[in-house]
Amino acid sequence: MIRALHRWPGLLALALVTVLSLSGAALSVFPAAERIAAPQAEAGMTVATLADRIQGAYPGVEQIRRAPSGRITAYWFDQGTPGAAVIDPATGQGAASADPNQTQRWLTNLHRSLFLGDGGRIATAVGAAAMLVLALSGTMLVARRAGGWRHWFARLRGPLAGRLHVEIARIAVVGLVLSSTTALWMTASTFDLLPGGGVPAMPVGVSGETGFAPGQMLLLAETPVAQLRELTFPYPGDATDVFALKTDKGTGYLDQGTGALLAWTDLSVWERVSETIYMLHTGQGAATLGLVLGLMALGVPAMGVTGVVVWLAGRRGRPRIRGNQSAGRAETILLVGSEGGSTWGFAATLHAALTQAGQSVHTAPMSAFAPERYAAANRIIVLAATYGDGDAPASAKGFLDRLAAADRAPDAPLAVLGFGDRSFPAYCAFAKAVAAAAEAKRWPQLMAIDTIDRQSPQDFARWGGALGDAMGVDLELSHQPVRPVTETLTLVSRRDYGAEVQAPTAILRFALPRVSLWQRFVRAGFARFDAGDLIGILPEGSPVPRFYSLASARRDGFIEIVVKKHPRGLASGQLIALEPGDTVIAFLRRNPGFRPGRGRAPLILIGAGTGIGPLAGFVRGNARQRPVHLFFGMRHPDSDFFYGEELRAWQKEGRLTRLVTAVSRGTRPHYVQDALRGDAAQVAQLVRDGARVMVCGGRDMAAGVADALAEILAPTGLTPAVLKTEGRYVEDVY
Amino acid sequence: MKLKTLLATLALTTALTLPGLAMARPVTLTTTLNTYGGDGAYLALYVTDASGAYMGSLWMAGDKSRYYEHLSDWYRATGGDTAQVNGITGASVGAGRTLEITLDLADSLFDAGYTLHIDAAVEDMRDSPNEVAVPLTTAGAGTPVTGRRYIASFAYDM
Repeated sequence: MIRALHRWPGLLALALVTVLSLSGAALSVFPAAERIAAPQAEAGMTVATLADRIQGAYPGVEQIRRAPSGRITAYWFDQGTPGAAVIDPATGQGAASADPNQTQRWLTNLHRSLFLGDGGRIATAVGAAAMLVLALSGTMLVARRAGGWRHWFARLRGPLAGRLHVEIARIAVVGLVLSSTTALWMTASTFDLLPGGGVPAMPVGVSGETGFAPGQMLLLAETPVAQLRELTFPYPGDATDVFALKTDKGTGYLDQGTGALLAWTDLSVWERVSETIYMLHTGQGAATLGLVLGLMALGVPAMGVTGVVVWLAGRRGRPRIRGNQSAGRAETILLVGSEGGSTWGFAATLHAALTQAGQSVHTAPMSAFAPERYAAANRIIVLAATYGDGDAPASAKGFLDRLAAADRAPDAPLAVLGFGDRSFPAYCAFAKAVAAAAEAKRWPQLMAIDTIDRQSPQDFARWGGALGDAMGVDLELSHQPVRPVTETLTLVSRRDYGAEVQAPTAILRFALPRVSLWQRFVRAGFARFDAGDLIGILPEGSPVPRFYSLASARRDGFIEIVVKKHPRGLASGQLIALEPGDTVIAFLRRNPGFRPGRGRAPLILIGAGTGIGPLAGFVRGNARQRPVHLFFGMRHPDSDFFYGEELRAWQKEGRLTRLVTAVSRGTRPHYVQDALRGDAAQVAQLVRDGARVMVCGGRDMAAGVADALAEILAPTGLTPAVLKTEGRYVEDVY
Repeated sequence: MKLKTLLATLALTTALTLPGLAMARPVTLTTTLNTYGGDGAYLALYVTDASGAYMGSLWMAGDKSRYYEHLSDWYRATGGDTAQVNGITGASVGAGRTLEITLDLADSLFDAGYTLHIDAAVEDMRDSPNEVAVPLTTAGAGTPVTGRRYIASFAYDM
């Protein structure tokens, strides 16, 4: 609901709010420029003095106005010719032209009415209302995504467009709410929908005399120039006319023959409010605030672009489900909990594969969960993403409530597959909650809960194999969320390890592919990559890519990965068999969540087996000699001590502070988590000093490391979960 | 019929023929603005009698009443009463543009000491009350006059 409230006003009013924000940002410069350029009155100068000086310079003066910027303008007639100038209050003489700035006028008319008169004013008010709705709905979405208001400025994760969108929004939202609210008020005021003030009635009892100099008038001598808005002189030759004075306190009339105050009206509350709102919107009288608001408004076009990218990415990932069976007749019920839509893509692939395998399948959102209708169901499969801090995603609202309210769980056994991003602390938390609720209801289990990290096609294919086994059918799930642009990579060299421990492993080095000018310009593909990014290898005979972590960065001049041959592994088998000169088809996928980041804080790198790859890459790139502590688990130093020589050299060069190894085979099996425990005091101290922990390797190792760290950090009051929220604990797990 | 009520209904009668207005004739008021380099001007056209007392309004160019106070003579005379220009209000007039209105004006308005005034105001520029003041005479019809600041020429034709 809130998402729709954000999406549709955003898309529909995109062009309008872009025009308004750009013109608004441009306009915000003028009050500041005027403030700087306008000659200011000296402190304590009175209106009497000012009027005296100006009248001396321009005897035919009719009106003196002071803008909130302090700029003073006088209007006069000199022998029938109208004149006007910006006045230097020190002399009363004209200092600059009083003609309106044509650029500012053009921008103002664009900004408030799109040059379309009242219709345009209403259109821009609609734009302001859309902006307000966007700001408020966006605020709620950010709070929900971050897991509460307290986490408003929490570290962001996920794809770049979404992160940029929120990054800009959470700073700019204050200004956008202020600007759009004040815009609506000003429109209402323009259309007389708000009560205004009035000018006091012309006094009747004038003296009928003329010639009292304004410089002598008591009220004018008591009014500082800083309070002046407007002083209007009586019409020459009309003894019934008066001096009219407007200040920021009110409006009054002065007798031109005696200087006496004839009438006075204070500003009404409404006028004061309206003037404050006018100041807040235009920055006139609050130039710095105006500049800040203008800067914030510049975020709107950027958020428009990133917002559209996020929306398109969601749409692309949401395919049509073909041949959906009815809930009552389907053997397999497929329930989908998706927020942005990408999980629907996986559901469609599964739906198609199951249908191909002769199953009748009903696919529906989890929110449509209706167990009483699943008459023919043999199994129920739940594909569930997680929103924010473990909340149900949009299409799964109400599922848990409905399950809790049911008398009993369905008879058809359940399989839960969670979709998430391991860099979030609440990884697949909603899927886990579903599995736990199912267990509490004694819902029979078809398969144990499994998870898919960052839409990994590899994880999905593997889970599909397991599902096929459980169902007794052959199931190949090939789901590629976005078709990548591939390159052909040529092997340059290889170093072999592991033959002794029956685990053939190789460090493979490929030449950099040629990069087109365009790719270089937009830094796409292999034009830019860092250690820790992923390359997807498309093995011959399967459309499902396999991902490997990069052990090199672009500036190293080569592409390097560490590959272990898996017993039935298609891609690893082909890679291990490569000889220099052979080629593979590959593409780059960035992995911004797994980077050491800038700064001088120590790094604790923990890896086992081929997980050393990206960690070695970080060490290799550590020319600035940031403190790096590497914990490396291997089977045996003689067989799989990858990068052994380089690590020693890097240590000499100061790129690596300390290397701690753990050997799992031999007389005293020792794992990397044991090595951590052995170094508990120092690890805890490093973390207290702000160290960043990066873990790369198998799932079991990652879980073991997390447990070990939890123990080690317990005395400090920190936990791996807290570090994750701060972005100081990141994993790359396979 | 009292003159004031007559005037108030005059503008409404351009397309109508009301009984009792036999002694009226169509008068075209043509106001051309100079290129003063600002936004659309607000113009108030109204009539005063020989003593300078406000008699009634003929036209108001500009539809946002919150800006009427800048037409300061008209505003002072009417107290900003929008009822004075009810039904005889149009859009503001852009720089260099011409406003042409045709009204049925009573014969008794002419050659009787009445003066037609125009107050003008432009956003962020000077207010120009009494921009134009011309006596209503049959002899003066068709003779263009120049305003003080914004009006390049004004004439009434019968």
